[in-house]
Amino acid sequence: MDAVILSRIQFGLTAGFHFIFPPLTLGLTLVVVILETIYFRNNNDLYKKISNFMIKVLGLVFVMGVATGIVLEFSFGTNWSNYSRMVGDIFGAPLAAEGVFAFFMESVFLGILVFGRNRVSRGVFLLSAFLVFIASHLSGLWIIIANSWMQTPAGFAIEGGRAVLKDFFAAAFNDSTLIRYLHTVMGGWITGSLFTAGIGSWYLLKNRDLDSAKPLLTIALWIYVAMAILQFGSGHGHSVQVAKTQPAKMAAFEALWKGQNGAPMSVIGIPDPSRKKTHLEIAVPKLLSIAIYFDPEARVQGLDDFKEEELPSVVLSYLTYHGMIGLGSLFALLAVISAILMISRKLFEARWFLWVLISAVPLPFIANELGWMAAEFGRQPWAVYKVLKTAEAASVVVPAWQILVSIIAFSAIYCLLFAVFLKILFSIISKGPDKITIGYVGE
Amino acid sequence: METLQILQITWFFLVGILFTGYSILDGFDLGIGAMLPFMAKDKKDITALFTAIGPVWDGNEVWLLTGGGALFAAFPHVYATVFSGFYLALMIVLFALIFRAVSLEFWSLDETRRTFWKWAFSIGSFLPALLFGVALGNVILGIPLDDRMEFTGNFVTLLRPYPLAIGLLGFSAILLQGCTYGALKTTGELHDRLVAAGKKIAIAYGILMVISGVLTGIFIPGSMANIPGWVCAGIVLASIFMTAIQLGKGNGLPAFLLSSLSFMGLWGIAGSLQFPALVRSIGSGDLNLSIYNSSSSQLTLTVMLIIALIGMPIVIGYTIYAYRIFKGKVTL
Repeated sequence: MDAVILSRIQFGLTAGFHFIFPPLTLGLTLVVVILETIYFRNNNDLYKKISNFMIKVLGLVFVMGVATGIVLEFSFGTNWSNYSRMVGDIFGAPLAAEGVFAFFMESVFLGILVFGRNRVSRGVFLLSAFLVFIASHLSGLWIIIANSWMQTPAGFAIEGGRAVLKDFFAAAFNDSTLIRYLHTVMGGWITGSLFTAGIGSWYLLKNRDLDSAKPLLTIALWIYVAMAILQFGSGHGHSVQVAKTQPAKMAAFEALWKGQNGAPMSVIGIPDPSRKKTHLEIAVPKLLSIAIYFDPEARVQGLDDFKEEELPSVVLSYLTYHGMIGLGSLFALLAVISAILMISRKLFEARWFLWVLISAVPLPFIANELGWMAAEFGRQPWAVYKVLKTAEAASVVVPAWQILVSIIAFSAIYCLLFAVFLKILFSIISKGPDKITIGYVGE
Repeated sequence: METLQILQITWFFLVGILFTGYSILDGFDLGIGAMLPFMAKDKKDITALFTAIGPVWDGNEVWLLTGGGALFAAFPHVYATVFSGFYLALMIVLFALIFRAVSLEFWSLDETRRTFWKWAFSIGSFLPALLFGVALGNVILGIPLDDRMEFTGNFVTLLRPYPLAIGLLGFSAILLQGCTYGALKTTGELHDRLVAAGKKIAIAYGILMVISGVLTGIFIPGSMANIPGWVCAGIVLASIFMTAIQLGKGNGLPAFLLSSLSFMGLWGIAGSLQFPALVRSIGSGDLNLSIYNSSSSQLTLTVMLIIALIGMPIVIGYTIYAYRIFKGKVTL
């Protein structure tokens, strides 16, 4: 296999594994901020206990994100050195800014959360929780800025074959930055809240730690209910942006073989590129035109409007995009049931639904991955949309065998880490809030 | 001087400051990690050392991430050339850093595999501590580059005597950082072991400094006439000597600060040898990657400077605050 394909596999593997953790971190920092705020206001030690427990979990998840994130910071140089030369004038700045404006803050104040409970005042501790929350979200913002610039580049000019920055704010806040950020953060909050609700549900089913489980489940599930429903709005906004700024990607998402007026929205089907047709398709007539342009007769560009060599893989784009939307719809359904059960005060007795919640915990992780894959597959064959092709972005001096070796090593290491991560996570959960302690040794 | 030139020179210093900050701060936890199995005799000792670095190591490592990001943003060609050229070495560093990052947490939570995680932390600290210096030695000595700024050597190219000597020099400096910080934070026998080791490491560090100086004179043309380099070398040797004395007297903080000063001196030497080059090429100096031919545009350097000037004072402020929260000896 050639080095470009191998580097793509390696980036997909390392970024995909990394992306398990940051969305969860976003959601967990929100839960911790809420718990700490309640504790600060009512001074009820129950909330301190629950929060300590969640900080322990957050610390573990954060460490996994750090360990796997370092790789990505360097991977542009190691595997994508042409990319780094061509667009480093723009792309490097957000990565550096993430360190300066976000990651330092997140690391330092998480250190205070995990170790400093008895060393700082209650006010400083609450402030630290807020700063960790803000910093983790700022960290996400800078990474989304970098990624969005690859999708909808702006604020630059090509000079001497390189992209050169002309307007920092135009580059940073390009067409897709804010909506992608909103969509990704809400995905993180869904992930973290359902994860937390799953923990609470498990204690209820096991009839243990009930004092902690009930508030934990209630707080987490209300976040989940709100986000799972609002996510439809951000998802819609994001799709409209894609359709308007990356029409080839939207055509691939929908497997819209022909550009047409009154375009249908595909609900389910199996796209077949060789026959340019979608098998067993269920589609809603005119809905795509309505969704994008609010006009049932508006023309939507199809795959036939673009050059063959500038199209992404329709199969991968369609399946990942529709997989994400399918899961999103399931989340909304679960949210409605959750809300009904909470309002009617039957949630804690609805054992079947608590099992459903636990089983659903992995699904937002999958939805995050599918959404990310849809965004990246759909951008192909470009690394930077209409600026630099992926095939031209890779390092030229790294031999394929070395990349293969590193892929094998990353796979082995990540499998080991993930197994240990799960084991530790389950052991923290099975110890429970009553037995988990945080803080400086000897206190 | 033109604005662009001033910015390029400024960023030469700022990238240097970030790497110096990284060396001083992550240096002590890398050093403690590399020595861990030899200094810690039991679980209590490991707990003490992990507690000493637990709240701060992650913030320390961000200096590396920010330094790498700043290098990418300010001098993308250097980032591209070095990271792709040193691919296998970089991968070893990355695998080490991954293990290192998780093993501190895993050691305390995965009780059945503590020996494994102790060694993972130790080897994960040892490899970067050695290889960072080897990498720096290579870009000072010069690496084979073509006219497209691409590295044309291989893994073996990186293992020449001069880079290996610089690797050992950097490693000894990192060990001294570890000893002084460890001594500052611990008590009893563990403290005494760290002090005793620190004195021996200081001697080794001094000897390696002299050897590296001689090799630099032999291999790096013009280095013997480099006045700032000589001044920095004097600072390094003096601060190593003073560090050993302060360690012996049991003055933890001065020893740590002096050891840190020696690290600043090392970076001062590297900077004065290199300026304005960042990566030297073997043979023709025309192929050097310098701050002038490998930098980003004036606007990017300006934006980055604004980011650094706003952000870094705040970072340094709350970092000092966090160290004050966790100051004092670890008591178990």
